[in-house]
Amino acid sequence: MTASVQKAGTETALEVGRLVKRFGDLTAVDGVSLQVRAGECLGLLGPNGAGKSTLIRSMVGRVIQDSGRVTVMGHEAGSTEARLALGWIPQELSIYPRISCRENLGSFGRYYGLKGHALKEAIAWCLHWAALEEKQDDVAKTLSGGMKRRLNMAAGMMHRPKVVLFDEPTVGVDPQSRNRIFEMIEALRDAGTAIVYTTHYMEEAERLCDRIAIIDHGRIIAEGTKEELVEKTFGRCSQVLARFAGETEAIEAWAKRHDGRVTHETAEFTIEQAGEIAPLLDDATKAGLELVDVTLRRPNLESVFLHLTGRELRD
Amino acid sequence: MIALKRDRGALVLSFVLPLAFFSIFAVIFGRDNNTTPTVKLIVVDQDQSQASRALVKGLEDETSLVVMTRPGAKSKNAPAPADYTAATAETAVKAGVAPVALIIPEGFGQHPIAFGPGAGGSTLELLNDQSDAIAPQIVVGLLQKVALTSMPSTMADEGMKYADKYVGGFTPAQKAKVDEGLQELRKAEADGKTNAGSGSNSAGAGIVAVNERAVVGENKKSPMISFYAAAIGVMFLMFTASGSAGALLDEAESGTLERVLSTRVTMTKLLAGKLVFNTGLAFVQLVAMFLWGWAVFKLDFFSHLPGFAVMGLCTAFAVAAFGMLLASLCHTRAQLGALSTLVILIMSSVGGSMFPRFLMPESMQKAGLLTINAWAIDGFEKVFWRDLPVTDLWPQVAVLVGVGVVLFLIARRVARRWEYA
Repeated sequence: MTASVQKAGTETALEVGRLVKRFGDLTAVDGVSLQVRAGECLGLLGPNGAGKSTLIRSMVGRVIQDSGRVTVMGHEAGSTEARLALGWIPQELSIYPRISCRENLGSFGRYYGLKGHALKEAIAWCLHWAALEEKQDDVAKTLSGGMKRRLNMAAGMMHRPKVVLFDEPTVGVDPQSRNRIFEMIEALRDAGTAIVYTTHYMEEAERLCDRIAIIDHGRIIAEGTKEELVEKTFGRCSQVLARFAGETEAIEAWAKRHDGRVTHETAEFTIEQAGEIAPLLDDATKAGLELVDVTLRRPNLESVFLHLTGRELRD
Repeated sequence: MIALKRDRGALVLSFVLPLAFFSIFAVIFGRDNNTTPTVKLIVVDQDQSQASRALVKGLEDETSLVVMTRPGAKSKNAPAPADYTAATAETAVKAGVAPVALIIPEGFGQHPIAFGPGAGGSTLELLNDQSDAIAPQIVVGLLQKVALTSMPSTMADEGMKYADKYVGGFTPAQKAKVDEGLQELRKAEADGKTNAGSGSNSAGAGIVAVNERAVVGENKKSPMISFYAAAIGVMFLMFTASGSAGALLDEAESGTLERVLSTRVTMTKLLAGKLVFNTGLAFVQLVAMFLWGWAVFKLDFFSHLPGFAVMGLCTAFAVAAFGMLLASLCHTRAQLGALSTLVILIMSSVGGSMFPRFLMPESMQKAGLLTINAWAIDGFEKVFWRDLPVTDLWPQVAVLVGVGVVLFLIARRVARRWEYA
């Protein structure tokens, strides 16, 4: 099977319309709507318990929604057409540990209805894409963590889906393997595959995602490109990061006076103009705080996330 | 299947272990001759008369009895021990040397037998171990038979006494004729020319002539081989089936199950596929078991292929569905292990996999019909022992297939918890 280049562009590959899902008294997904186009990577960021997993599983068709709609390439989620168009790479290593890479891929290929020559071609393609050709006859449980992750990804790609959902695919993976995984995902995106990518790592979202949706308490609270999110949340403001030597209580009291916060021994402030920095630092000196380091920067995704949810992404 | 091929431990458990258990049972119970167990019998002859000796000889000639009149020598060169006495015989029974001891009292020869109670015959004493309920019954039955056949002259003498009494007394000429006949009979008896005590295997041994003709198993040497191949086979099939079905739990725990269900595979297709695989695996196990029986224990396998195929497939299907249900009911492998051990051992003991059902009380035999084991064993018995045609297997086939379908449907229903949230 030759690697077919799909058209990137305006085609809506995945659409979620006012999705609601409740588990008893808990509303896990509360009216979520989003779209992903072909050749686009949408990042889904949210703290633990925000509803990401339920949303992903609704897209896969494993969760029956209470209301709303999910379509994949125009087909209802959970239908045979939708399943064949969708690939899901779950966070858990969902492979068969006691059989080889090739045999794993063969199993999942058959689950998608592949057989004969088509199956062999798909296996060869996936092994190449995941850079596991040299390990194809190794039993899965003997692979390194990074290789297992790549095999986990390859197993979801056997049927060359048009939409792929990656649920934290780099958890527990070393930096070298992580980089390899990023390259694999970028190759897919460039080939026109629509991607939904959930992660707790801001740098991953910044590198891979064309757009980002921030979800909290079951709702999309912000959506857009990184620049759009920063602009919407902070406007033209900048951030000042200052580290001081001194008593923690004094630093926190000083930061509070100026509507800032202290995180990991660093005080953060949002300012509109650079001229606001000097009064801040003067007040710190008067409070007996010794300045160690100061940085001025534009807010990043982490700042946006923290501002909107009140929590760190990895909380 | 690939994982099973690579897991040598699982392969051993699936195939070698059942063959080993079957072999043990086959060696113990798969004799070449009859199925009636021999009974050890200690005999104490306190009378030492012609009649008592004839009785002891008659008992010794019975092939179902192993008669011991003295303890065994402690070593080859040691002198022969003294004969058992009443006291030492009782001690031997208590020590478990033999389950039964027969004490022939002094004076037996003068009144060995009598027709009817209170007619003055001697009373023999039978000492027995209550834990063996069958041995005393066998000995008493054979004793009656031997008593009637080993002393024909005594029988005749007693018979003449009754005749003398009820005809109003023989004339002197008749008495002389009777005495002459009895003398000849006693002489013939002493010379061993009568049929006395010719053992339970001979036709015509006894007052009523009996001609034995085997209508089942007349050409078979080892009736219990096929029984235990089926009995042990079904039990181990159940263990393997539940273990194999437990792969479902591993998949659920690892998340692989959810991934599989996100593909084109539905829960019904997934379970059906596992059912087909486990049925095949169980059938292969049965084939291995019976081939082993053919190769090592001379089981007549190939002339019963059609019946074996029908019963084998139905049994395999039923146990595969059974394993699937057990796995569906559990949440972890540990739960499955505990539940399957408990259920399978109970079913196997009640259903006849460990002990033939025909030896159980009737209530237990009926209870056994609630198990897959009983129906499977009955079916294989029909094929291999009774040589019945395949069409006669319809009750077993109907029950096993029906049970398999029902168990699978219940497993499918229970598995819904994994289907959707």
